[in-house]
Amino acid sequence: MAQRIDVKDLDVYYGSFKAVADVSMMIEPRSVTALIGPSGCGKSTFLRTLNRMHEVLPGARVEGTVLMDGVDLYGNDVDPVAVRRQIGMVFQRPNPFPTMSIAENVLAGVRLNNRRISKSDAETLVEQSLVGANLWKEVKDRLDRPGSSLSGGQQQRLCIARAIAVKPQVLLMDEPASALDPISTLAIEDLIAELKNDYTIVIVTHNMQQAARVSDRTAFFNIAGTGEPGRLIEMDDTRTMFSTPSVQATEDYISGRFG
Amino acid sequence: MTTTTGRTTAAPPSTRDALTRPDTRRKLVDRVMRGVVTLAFLVALVPLLSLVWTALVNGFDRLSPYFLAVSMRGVFGGMDAGGIHHAIVGTLLVTGFAALISVPIGLLTAIYLVEYGTGKLARAVTFFVDVMTGIPSIVAGLFAYALFAVFFGPGVRFGAVGAVALSVLMTPVVVRSSEEMLRLVPNELREAAYALGVPKWLTIIKVVLRTAAAGIVTGVMLAVARVIGETAPLLITLGVIDSINYNLFEGRMMTLPVYVYRQYQQGLVPCRPDQLDCIATINYDRAWAAALVLIIIVLLLNLLARLIARWFAPARGH
Repeated sequence: MAQRIDVKDLDVYYGSFKAVADVSMMIEPRSVTALIGPSGCGKSTFLRTLNRMHEVLPGARVEGTVLMDGVDLYGNDVDPVAVRRQIGMVFQRPNPFPTMSIAENVLAGVRLNNRRISKSDAETLVEQSLVGANLWKEVKDRLDRPGSSLSGGQQQRLCIARAIAVKPQVLLMDEPASALDPISTLAIEDLIAELKNDYTIVIVTHNMQQAARVSDRTAFFNIAGTGEPGRLIEMDDTRTMFSTPSVQATEDYISGRFG
Repeated sequence: MTTTTGRTTAAPPSTRDALTRPDTRRKLVDRVMRGVVTLAFLVALVPLLSLVWTALVNGFDRLSPYFLAVSMRGVFGGMDAGGIHHAIVGTLLVTGFAALISVPIGLLTAIYLVEYGTGKLARAVTFFVDVMTGIPSIVAGLFAYALFAVFFGPGVRFGAVGAVALSVLMTPVVVRSSEEMLRLVPNELREAAYALGVPKWLTIIKVVLRTAAAGIVTGVMLAVARVIGETAPLLITLGVIDSINYNLFEGRMMTLPVYVYRQYQQGLVPCRPDQLDCIATINYDRAWAAALVLIIIVLLLNLLARLIARWFAPARGH
């Protein structure tokens, strides 16, 4: 299921503005990679280039290559819609579809794509995905209630269930717990630890303890100043990054001296 | 009493003093403004209530199943006869056809503006939509007449011409209201759909339109209400007729506003004293009853819109 992602010399532009410069990194399968760095350093932008979501904004483009299983995601014959089916995404604020029930939200990836699915298959998929997102026990008796009736933390796990129901190879998470309370955050972090058995996970976080807790490898992004592009400063095993980083800026950021 | 002692004994104002000192000026202003706002509301309500009341008082007597079921065919003078069946048919057909033209054009334009439009073309479309909103209805009528006169020759009058005139008035309202509603759909929902590998067109149909459906329906109904009472353009494009015509593409048609105008225009009937079945005010009575029916139709449309909006409203527990 899970795939390796290999980023080579990636530059990201919004119009003529270069937002991210010269990023190369290897994202290992069945592991959690955390992207940390100060606000505006381009880590979210970089994350969104991994499933071509940044293209939704007019004028956004990239140079360089992003290889998944040896295929360049930015190749001429690659369909961005197909890329997003392989690489799912969870957003900062929980965003279940307000017109849909809990079960319909989980099935959104199927139903919105006009794919037919038998009733029993649908029920199986809903249960599997909700179990996978540690939400099944809490909602199994009210699957036809609106998704917005859940608490924030439950909504976020519903969004994760919705993302894994499409059976992607990779899951991208853009600060998935920053809008949640500590208990819900813990639930999400436990879930991430389980999900990495099946998926390649990339997570952007502002919370360094979170990065230290959940990730196997950590990448530190930084920005030289306003108007400058964000760059990948250093990437290593999380333990090494948080104990003996090789770059001074990383140590300053991690120890809270700036950012 | 307490305030004065508090003020005289303590040189720096005590907490009690600061918290309890009466601010008479602010309270006075508050009371006056509250009065002004309430008064303005009541004044605005007076003409509305008065209008509905007048229509009820003057129109209720003539309103009967018979009045709704017959046309004006063969009715003349002060006869105690005649109805508005032909006008109801005309109003519903012409307005419905106008909506059939305007809603697809207006909705697709709004989708273009919100989901696709950037730069010069979108700005030009927005500008022309604004201009169209201000077109006087009589000009829309003349335009539709002139357009059809090119193909059918001068003097052309049938239902579809009127519907085109109304759709010229209706389309910008549909565009404007749908655009507002589509812009209210949070971008996060679009992104959520994209991230599931849903193509843009399906996202627009199944997420954006679905989420905005309640508001769009309300907007369409408001646009219908805006044109259902139009008189001038229909007088030009449909003419007047006393009998029922179901065909939008041939022959003149009557609508309720034109009916009201025409009845009122005919005025008092000069009845001879020996004519027992002659009612002098029959034309006025019919005009008021027809006006009442028009109000009721608009009311029913609004109720219908509310029902549909509730049906589409998000976050209901099935």
